[in-house]
Amino acid sequence: MAATSDSEAFVAFERVQKSYDGETLVVKDLNLTMPKGEFLTMLGPSGSGKTTCLMMLAGFETATYGEIKLDGTSINNIPPHKRGIGMVFQNYALFPHMTVAENLSFPLEVRKMGKSERETKIKRALDMVQMGDFAGRRPTQLSGGQQQRIALARALVFEPELVLMDEPLGALDKQLREHMQFEITRLAHELGITTVYVTHDQTEALTMSDRVAVFNDGRIQQLAAPDTLYEEPENSFVAQFIGENNTLEGVVKEISGNTCTVQLDNGELISARPVNVTEVGQRTQVSIRPERVETNKERLQEGAHLLKAEVLEFVYMGDIFRTRLRVAGNDDFVMKTRNAPDQERLKKGQMVEIGWLPDDCRALDA
Amino acid sequence: MSDTTQNGPMLAADGTPLKRSLNRALRRQKLRALMLIAPLLIFVLVTFIAPIADMLFRSVENQIVSDTLPTATEVLEDWDHTTGTPPGEEVYEALYYDLYLAAEARAHTRLGTRLNYEYTGVSSLFRSTGRGLEDLGEEYQDILEDADDSWGEGAFWYELMTGTGDTDASLVREHRARLQALENARLTGDVGFAPSVEIMELLPQTTFAYTDFAVFTALMDEDVVAEEDPWEGVYAGLAQDLQTADLSGYDGPGAEALVAAQQTLAEQAEPINYTAFFESEDEDWLNPDIWATIQTYSSNYTGGYFLNAVDMQLTPDGIEMRPDGQRLYMVLFQRTLFMSLTITLSCILLGYPVAWLLANLPASKANLLMILVLLPFWTSLLVRTSAWKVMLQQQGVINDVLVWLGLVDDAARLVMINNQFGTIVAMTHILLPFMILPLYSVMQGIPPSYLRAAKSLGATNWTAFWRVYFPQSVPGIGAGSILVFILAIGYYITPEIVGGRTGTFISNRIAYHISSSLNWGLAAALGAILLAVVLLLYWAYDRIVGIDNVKLG
Repeated sequence: MAATSDSEAFVAFERVQKSYDGETLVVKDLNLTMPKGEFLTMLGPSGSGKTTCLMMLAGFETATYGEIKLDGTSINNIPPHKRGIGMVFQNYALFPHMTVAENLSFPLEVRKMGKSERETKIKRALDMVQMGDFAGRRPTQLSGGQQQRIALARALVFEPELVLMDEPLGALDKQLREHMQFEITRLAHELGITTVYVTHDQTEALTMSDRVAVFNDGRIQQLAAPDTLYEEPENSFVAQFIGENNTLEGVVKEISGNTCTVQLDNGELISARPVNVTEVGQRTQVSIRPERVETNKERLQEGAHLLKAEVLEFVYMGDIFRTRLRVAGNDDFVMKTRNAPDQERLKKGQMVEIGWLPDDCRALDA
Repeated sequence: MSDTTQNGPMLAADGTPLKRSLNRALRRQKLRALMLIAPLLIFVLVTFIAPIADMLFRSVENQIVSDTLPTATEVLEDWDHTTGTPPGEEVYEALYYDLYLAAEARAHTRLGTRLNYEYTGVSSLFRSTGRGLEDLGEEYQDILEDADDSWGEGAFWYELMTGTGDTDASLVREHRARLQALENARLTGDVGFAPSVEIMELLPQTTFAYTDFAVFTALMDEDVVAEEDPWEGVYAGLAQDLQTADLSGYDGPGAEALVAAQQTLAEQAEPINYTAFFESEDEDWLNPDIWATIQTYSSNYTGGYFLNAVDMQLTPDGIEMRPDGQRLYMVLFQRTLFMSLTITLSCILLGYPVAWLLANLPASKANLLMILVLLPFWTSLLVRTSAWKVMLQQQGVINDVLVWLGLVDDAARLVMINNQFGTIVAMTHILLPFMILPLYSVMQGIPPSYLRAAKSLGATNWTAFWRVYFPQSVPGIGAGSILVFILAIGYYITPEIVGGRTGTFISNRIAYHISSSLNWGLAAALGAILLAVVLLLYWAYDRIVGIDNVKLG
C-alpha cells in the first residue's frame, strides 16, 4: 500500500503481449496505467483484444510477454482467487443452485468470515443495489435486470479495490440498460472503486467512463476522456468507430501550422486541421461530424471553403433532421440539424452549399 | 365474478357452451395426434405392459391344483391335517377319478411338477401312479367281459348310459369345463352324449366316469362316443356302484346284464378299495404330509411363490423360514443390490473425469474421445465380456504381466474371474457409457464462467469445483446412476459368463427358472420383487434427490 501511495498507477499493463496459437498476437504491446478510483472502459469491435486484456487482468489468461501490475506489484504469477478482484460476467454467472444470499455469502465464506459479519455485509450489499427483499430467491426467479444487480452486489460484497465488468449490460433491453449504466457509475464513484469495463457499445462507453481505451487489432488506438475521443479522434478508426462520422478522401496540398488544405478526389479544395498528416502530397481521410456541417453561411468563417451538395434524403427524427447528401462523390454524407423554428426543411433533389469550421474538419490517416 | 354467475357458462357465437365448442374443435387434432402415436402405443402395450401384467399374474396364480383335482380338493377340505393320519376313503375315491381324467389328458405330471416345488418327491409319485390307474378298472373289466361279452362293447355301454327316459346334460357341461381347464383351451363341439336321469341316480360313480370318457372321446379324440369302448376307470366305477345299487326297480336298457354283473362281481371280485389301491401303487399316498401340501396349495391364488422367493415357505402350519441349507434368494437379492451399487459407484468414479474432459476439451479432441467412449457400444456385448475373460483369467493377460513383473508369484496367480470381482469389472466397463453420456450432456450445459466467477470471488480450484461445479453436475450423476443401476440390477449375460458361482445375480436365477426348471411362478415372483425393489429405490431417490433433478440432456 505504502509503495503505491506516491505512484499514480494502481493498475498497469507494461508491454503486454498475448498469443493463443503462437502465430498471431491477439494483444500487441499493450501499455496502460490507471490511477486509483478511475472508471476506464475498454471499447472496441469483437476480436479486438479487449476481453483478452480483461481476462489477463483477472488471471484467467496469462500474458505471453510483459507485466501486469496491481498496486505496484506484478500479479503475473498470482492465481485468480488470490488477486482479490471483483468481476461481473456477461451472463452474470450467478450460481443457480444457491439463493441470492448464498451467492453473496460465497466470497465471504471462502474468506472465512464470521456469520454475523457476513450477514451484515450481505445486507449492506443488497441494499446498495436495492435488492434487499430478494435474499431468499433463486437467480432463476429473478428478471435480467435483477440478476444484473445481484451480480454487481456479489462482485462488490467482499469490497475489492478493483472491479472488472465484461459487457455486463449486453443482455438487457435499452431502457434497463440506460438505467443500469447510471447505477453502475453512481456506485463506482460513491465507493471509490477502480473499475475496468469492457463493452462494444460506444454510447455506454461515452456516458459511463472517466477514460475510454479504444481497441482495434490488438492495440489501443486512443486512450482519452469521452469528449476528447469524440471531438478529437486521433486516427480514422477512432473517428469511424465513435459516433457517426463523414469521410472525404483526398490529398494534402498545403500545411501551415494547424491548418492544411486538402484537395478532394473531385478537385475541390477544403481546409482542415492536420492531425496525423505530416507532409504535402500525402493521402488523407477528412473527418467531419454530421452535427458540425452547416448550411448557414453566417455561422462560418470568412472565406471558408464551400462544397456543393445534392439532397438525397431528408428524414424527420423529431428533435433533429437527418439529411443524406451527395458531396464530392460521396453518397453517404450525413448532416444533422437541430429542429429549430428557423431551420429550413430541405427537399429531395435540392442543391445546397455546405461548409464547416476548419477546426471541426480533421485530416487523418488514409 | 357476479357477471359469470348470472350469465352461466360462457357461450360460443352459435350459442353452444364455449367449453364444448372448444372440445369439438380440438377433438380432431387430438384424434390425429393419437393416431400418430397409436403404433407405438399398441407396440408398448403388447410387448411391454401385457407381458409384465402376465408375469405379475403368474406369480400368484395357482389354479392348476384345483383344476386338475377338482373333486379331490373339495372333499379334502374337511380333512384335518393335524390328526397325523391320511384322509378317508372318499378322498382316494375322488382322487382316482380326478387323476384318471388328468392322466388321459397328460396333465397329472404338470401338477406333480408344480407340487414338487413345495414337497420334493411329489412329481415322481404322480407320474408313476398315473401309469397304474388303469390296473384297478382292468381287474373288474376282465371279470365282467368274461361273464358277458356285451360289457366290452361300446354301443352297449352307450345304450345303457343314455337310457330311454329323460337325460340331463348338466353333468356333461361340468365335465367339459373340467377338461377345458386341464387342456387350457376352449373346447367346442358336440359331445353327442347325455346320461339318463335314471342311470345317474342308480350308478352315480359310473356315470361320472363315463361322462369323463365321453367328453374326452368326443372333444379330444374326436371319435363317436357310441363306437368306443369305455376306459377301465368306468369299470371301476361300475364295480363300486354295484356293491350297493338296488337294481330291483330298474327296467331300462341292459337291466338284465346289470343284475348278472352285480351277482358275478359279488361272487368273483373283492369289494373295491381305493385307499388300498393307492397304497399298492405307492406307499407315499398314505403320507399325511403330502395331503397337507395338496390341501395347503388347493386355493386358486397363492402367496407361495413370493414366500419361496424370499426364502420362506407356506406349510400347513403357516408361514415359516426355509431350513438354513435351502435359503438362497435373500442372499442373491442382497448380492445383486450390493454389486449393482458397487458398479454404479465405480461408474461414477471412472466416468466423471472422462465426462469432464469431454465437456472441456476442444471440439476435435473431444470428438476423438467421444468415439473411444462409444466404441464399446459398437462391439458385441459377448465379445466385450469374453475379452474380460481373456484379460482376467489365471493364465490371462493381467496375471501374466504381474508374474512377469515379479509382483505376483507364479504359483499364486490372482483369481479375478468367475467371482464378484470379475463381474464388477466387466459390468463397470460395459455400463460406463451410460454414465458418461448423461454426465457429459449435463456438464456441457455448465458454462465455464461459473468456475471463473467462483475463482474471481476468491475460491480455490477445489472449492470452486466442489461448491459450484459439482452441485450443478449432480443431475447428470443422478441420471447416469439411475440408468446404470437399473440396467445392472437386471443384467444377465455378463454375470452368467464371468460371474462363476459367487458373482451371479438374481436375474441368472430367474433365467434358470424360466428356461431350465420351468418354475415360471417362482421366476415371476422373483421378477416382481426385483421390479418392486427398483420402484422402491426410484421412489426413495425421488424423495431424497428429487426426480426433476435428473437431466439426460
